[in-house]
Amino acid sequence: MNIVKGASFIKKGRVFDDVFACYQCCKCSAGCPVAFAMDLLPHQIIRHLIYHDTEKALASHTIWMCASCQTCNTRCPNEIDIAGVMDELRHMHIQSGRYPAEPATPLFHHTFLNEIQKHGRIHELSLMQRYTFKRRKLPGKGNLQDMLYDMKLGLKLFLRGKISLWPHRGRSRSEVAAIFKHEHGNKKT
Amino acid sequence: MKVSFFPGCSLEGTAREYGESIQTVCSTLNVVLEELDDWTCCGASSAHCTSRYLATALPGRNLALAESVGSDLVTPCAACFSRLKTAVHELSGSDSVAREYALKRPVNVRHILEFLCSEEMVQGIEERIVKPLTGLKALSYYGCLLVRPPNITEEPHWEDPRSLDALLIHLGAECIYWSYKTECCGGSLLLTNVDISRRLIGRMLDMACETEAECIVTACPLCQVNLDTRQDEIGELNKKEYSIPVFYFSELMGLAFNEPDAGKWLRRHIVDPQPLLKAKGLL
Repeated sequence: MNIVKGASFIKKGRVFDDVFACYQCCKCSAGCPVAFAMDLLPHQIIRHLIYHDTEKALASHTIWMCASCQTCNTRCPNEIDIAGVMDELRHMHIQSGRYPAEPATPLFHHTFLNEIQKHGRIHELSLMQRYTFKRRKLPGKGNLQDMLYDMKLGLKLFLRGKISLWPHRGRSRSEVAAIFKHEHGNKKT
Repeated sequence: MKVSFFPGCSLEGTAREYGESIQTVCSTLNVVLEELDDWTCCGASSAHCTSRYLATALPGRNLALAESVGSDLVTPCAACFSRLKTAVHELSGSDSVAREYALKRPVNVRHILEFLCSEEMVQGIEERIVKPLTGLKALSYYGCLLVRPPNITEEPHWEDPRSLDALLIHLGAECIYWSYKTECCGGSLLLTNVDISRRLIGRMLDMACETEAECIVTACPLCQVNLDTRQDEIGELNKKEYSIPVFYFSELMGLAFNEPDAGKWLRRHIVDPQPLLKAKGLL
């Protein structure tokens, strides 16, 4: 079942075609700065894809832990775009609509893109407000000490004139809205 | 000299002093930064983590604006640089996902560090140095997206980049060699997995303390904010004390040019760099 499903994904994705060049030298995992926090190491993700086991990769914490620092693809002797593979896996996961292993990360991306859709640019203050508000519903999050650190830092930034209070209002918002409309159209097809 | 300028969202907020110092330094160097009219966000990490279309169309809109102006597009943010440059690749190909923004000819996207370190600018910089940064021991920190992946960034020495080192030496500072030049500071995880970011920043600060350096110099708003703002809390959690100033390279250029505004930029830092600079006679 998984094999068939995996194979159809692999036909669709451009970067997925390259994974078959992997000979498991583990250079990607050795150089990955966040490997310590991953449940599957980058070379293991690639191995699962070679075995057409996309499900294992999609269920991992790894795809949300990857910081997109591009160290792995830069060093890969077979020029596999590993960070690009992580991106493709995230796209597939988001489109599938199921619950992610690390819910805060896709929630943050969603909030970030909503900000762009609304204002055209990122307004840091309203992004933080919205994200903090939405995040409170997630289980196990909202450590009090972290919140105190953030509040203290927010005050320091404000006193140094580094927090702009009002979002930018450009003429371009309709154009950006059209980009998002197109994106939602793409998703439905 | 006139170039198109894409400031990026953070220069309106947390990286305000970066924008201010760039504007001042460029006007001293007779470079006119013409801000793209009504630019919008490049989508940053969130777009490329969510969909290939958004990752291309959001920067694509800005590239279309730059194409109509016709000059090189300069950006001070490493993340914007990476997203814009990746989109140029994508939009120049025939199978682009966002055909409405297809480019007739590739826009030349440049990071401001590479632009100011280019041969055409070096002469002008040399002529304007009135207060060399003698005795300042600095670490150059490039981070990820300024150098990686090299097929996008066109950086010839991606494991050991040298442009910022050369600039610092040029300005009279002492550039200390370290192996964390292109390490990741975990900027993209700061708001979602703060523990991972803290560990990455902590490692970097520990290494910085091991060297004799007195400050870190960056060319990326996310790296600077990450390294500058979290020293207190990481110190508290690691039971150590960190207080190493983190500069934007443009601020140090401003100091060497003896710009009167420099004090204003430096007062915006969380780790106050003024005692260090006063001790060195640079402020």
